[in-house]
Amino acid sequence: MEIASVGDSALIVRVRDRFEDVPEETLKDVLDVFRRLENARIPGVIELAPAYTTVAVFFDPVRVINDTVEPNRATECLTQKIREALTRGKRKQRKQAAAPAIEIPVCYEPEFALDLDHVADHARISPNEVVDLHSTAHYLVNCLGFTPGFPYLTGLPKKLTTPRRATPRKEIPAGSVAIGGAQTGIYPQMSPGGWNVIGRTPLRLFDPQKDPPVLLRAGDHVRFRAITRKEFESLKA
Amino acid sequence: MNLIVTHAGFRTTIQDLGRIGFRQFGVSSGGALDLHALRVANLLTGNDDRAAGLEFTQGNIRLRFEDERVVSWCGGDYEVCVASHSIPRGHSTLVLAEDELSISGPRQGWRGWLAVSGGIAVPPILGSRSTDLRANFGGLDGRALRDGDELLLGEKSDFARSLIDLLNERRVSSWSPPAEWSSTARTKPVLRVIRGCDWDRFNASAQHALTNETFSVSPDSDRMGVRLNGPELHRNDDVDLVSEAVAPGTVQVPPGGRPILLLGDCQTIGGYPKIAHVITVDLSIAAQLRPRDTVRFQEISLSEAHRLLFEREQELERFRIGLSLQNE
Repeated sequence: MEIASVGDSALIVRVRDRFEDVPEETLKDVLDVFRRLENARIPGVIELAPAYTTVAVFFDPVRVINDTVEPNRATECLTQKIREALTRGKRKQRKQAAAPAIEIPVCYEPEFALDLDHVADHARISPNEVVDLHSTAHYLVNCLGFTPGFPYLTGLPKKLTTPRRATPRKEIPAGSVAIGGAQTGIYPQMSPGGWNVIGRTPLRLFDPQKDPPVLLRAGDHVRFRAITRKEFESLKA
Repeated sequence: MNLIVTHAGFRTTIQDLGRIGFRQFGVSSGGALDLHALRVANLLTGNDDRAAGLEFTQGNIRLRFEDERVVSWCGGDYEVCVASHSIPRGHSTLVLAEDELSISGPRQGWRGWLAVSGGIAVPPILGSRSTDLRANFGGLDGRALRDGDELLLGEKSDFARSLIDLLNERRVSSWSPPAEWSSTARTKPVLRVIRGCDWDRFNASAQHALTNETFSVSPDSDRMGVRLNGPELHRNDDVDLVSEAVAPGTVQVPPGGRPILLLGDCQTIGGYPKIAHVITVDLSIAAQLRPRDTVRFQEISLSEAHRLLFEREQELERFRIGLSLQNE
């Protein structure tokens, strides 16, 4: 595994080179590295963040440097500790059944589905077929990013792959479910964005008052369920 | 006791040392864009260095105090007055009840930080009092300050009380930290960088341009990042990269070739190649870059970056100890 510096206060552990070939396996390996590093509690490490093929290790150089570690050896020492943590013990082969998919209700009605027609045109199918395809597939949360709680999901039926909009929208409403290239995702808060919006969920994906503050995490399985406008209102309330 | 915001100015926000531990959920670290400046200002008011203060981006700010406090400010070349008397950067200043503090400018630089003994006592959210303007939480209702806001101040520490006694006559302290800590705007800013993990993807002329040519700051810069105009930086390859972690200081280059220097509110991940990273010590200077300023980059080694940071931290510790001896 390559370990590279991202500035003077972070290292990045590259677990695999590619993601899209085998997303589920890649993610398992990445989350395994994430947990090993979490358990290792390496002095000076402040936080860890997995993303697709990598785990970032943020650290405070001042706390890594001490009586025995000169500033010029800080990176070397930390890298060594990371490597030790990654080789310690065998990888736990948890044979447990896969966690059930988290269901996300989505209202695909025209009022919320700003780009549903565009996605349908692009795929040369009807809007109803887009909804059927989108709401029957199984998805996997690759990573959270862009804005707090924004999940990047793989598992989008190939037919629905739609390039991002040439000009991003300035404001996409909170809860918007959208397609960007071969991924689908959900905008947790009103924000600018370039993905094609095909529906909206009444659920809150990010709530800073909660612990953890997010509804979905990397590695979670997800399904979408089509709901009516009326259900949307009652779930929102 | 409250701090009354009579004139809020432009995008004045409550910031502390940032939100740590939530990047895995996509939450930016945020916090004061010059963490060191806020820490220095906090120490000068008798606060723990992690207390929340105000970050301001332009002048036209007026604040009124309900009780006596020690204040201190660092950053760009602002004019800060207490009861119409100008107060210098990087000093401890006594403010009495009903005094008005005004901030105007800056003549140079872009941002400033004001610490008040007791700190701004908004409730911490996800471990921090910092305002996250993109996700609209933290600070005061997740937004920039408005005229008429009232900010609850925390309790003064014993040390802050003794500073108040010490400053009773002269109002402004004789002590101050090294000038480069409190005065961070530079006429010809040079930011030291280490090579980015994607350095080798860039062609020779891009690598040469980064450290030999001058860039100018685009007006569409903000707390997420400084967008730079100048020579376009192009790659040898056009491989699509898998998104991975970025950090404040990362210099990433979108396909157009115009680099973006990321600051505290940057996203947690990005898919653009990283040509370089500004060292932590020089983020203080980066936070002062103002639209149309010019800036250059100079390459140093990673161990040099660590040495500079370690030395500054040791100096800050010496300063903290020296300050605590003032009341003996």
